[in-house]
Amino acid sequence: MTGGAEVNTREQAAWAALATVLDPEVPVLSVCDLGIVREVVCDAAGTQVVLTPTYSGCPATEVIADSVRVALVAAGLGPVTVSHRLAPAWTTDWISELGRERLLAYGIAPPGQACGSELSSPIRLRPRNLPCPRCGSLQTERLSAFGSTACKALHRCLECREPFEHFKPI
Amino acid sequence: MTSTSESIRLNLTPPVRYVLRIADSCLIHAQRLAEWCGHGPVLEEDIALTNMALDLIGQARSLLTHAARLEGQGFDEDQLAFLRDERNYLNLTLVEQPMRRSSAHAPGGDFADTVLRNFLLASWLKSIWSRLISSSDTELAAIAGKAVKEARYHQQHAADWVVRLGDGTEESARRMQAALTRIWPYTNELFVRDGVDAEAEKSGLGPARDGLREDWLGQVQPVLAQACLTLPAATPFVSTGTLGRHSEHLGFMLAEMQSLQRQHPGGRW
Repeated sequence: MTGGAEVNTREQAAWAALATVLDPEVPVLSVCDLGIVREVVCDAAGTQVVLTPTYSGCPATEVIADSVRVALVAAGLGPVTVSHRLAPAWTTDWISELGRERLLAYGIAPPGQACGSELSSPIRLRPRNLPCPRCGSLQTERLSAFGSTACKALHRCLECREPFEHFKPI
Repeated sequence: MTSTSESIRLNLTPPVRYVLRIADSCLIHAQRLAEWCGHGPVLEEDIALTNMALDLIGQARSLLTHAARLEGQGFDEDQLAFLRDERNYLNLTLVEQPMRRSSAHAPGGDFADTVLRNFLLASWLKSIWSRLISSSDTELAAIAGKAVKEARYHQQHAADWVVRLGDGTEESARRMQAALTRIWPYTNELFVRDGVDAEAEKSGLGPARDGLREDWLGQVQPVLAQACLTLPAATPFVSTGTLGRHSEHLGFMLAEMQSLQRQHPGGRW
């Protein structure tokens, strides 16, 4: 019989293990920083983790689920079941403060507030200027609405002349 | 995935048909967009078209998995995508039209066709997704909650291009107007109503297509106006892809899309 306190300790250990699982496409963000871990339950059957996928077609979804399994088994918390939950849909508003700091330090402009973007006009030729993650200048421009992964757009700074990526708010 | 290359036959109940119409429209539209991979007019747009294709394939995967569940014979998303015959595909005829001028099997359109089709469809999908959020089918509602955000971004991107080219040079404006005139008759199918729509509306599964026209026009018209494009006159032609009766182009596309699974049944990456 597993006591409540022990379960609690195991769940803490599970969260600690999850904090080491990095997004393969933005390898400074853990799945916890990304805000995609919805639920962790440790019981007699092992560990059950519920993840919310980011983009419908994100190829990292399956890799992340595998990495979560590996990390939890390595922490002695297996057997592990990973399931996905679509609703409520993931939003970049769930990225933690720490995650945002890590993005910035990595050279990726963190997303602004996603709430309310559904009210915006379909035409948006000149998106608002983002601060450059390197020099902080607001004199930046968007080069490409889409980038190297589903979650990012490409910008450049007109002052320090460096290109940078922006985590799109959704 | 089973290891046979034989076509599967689905039990096409009205709810299965309803979900497949959206799923197949996403999948076939994505397949056409993906044909631009490595051929975009500029690198940024090459990346954009394939990124949008990726989102649409993701949406199609979720919908096909759900359609398979509703269908009840235990098929999976791969079997639905790769082992159905043309007549079992229920996508809008618009999305199967050749998109690139140099598509291998047909003359195709030009970049103006791509930009406009993308805009008109993203607007349509955004209308549907935003209504499906309140579907009586919780799984469909969950898929919609995610997809609507992606459709919104696609619409914004496509609308930028519609304005840039429509209100651009004399040549770009001419091509955009020509493309709009070519495409417009196919948009009738986006808003016809049949028994499948009526049943979905009644059960709360999702909106009937005829109820989407006003919202769609409300989004589309201001952008076309800003792009200085003239709305073509209405035509009586209604295409029939959502009934499984397709133009000559889908068969060629499916032959290519399905060839790997047909030759190497159950093959995986």
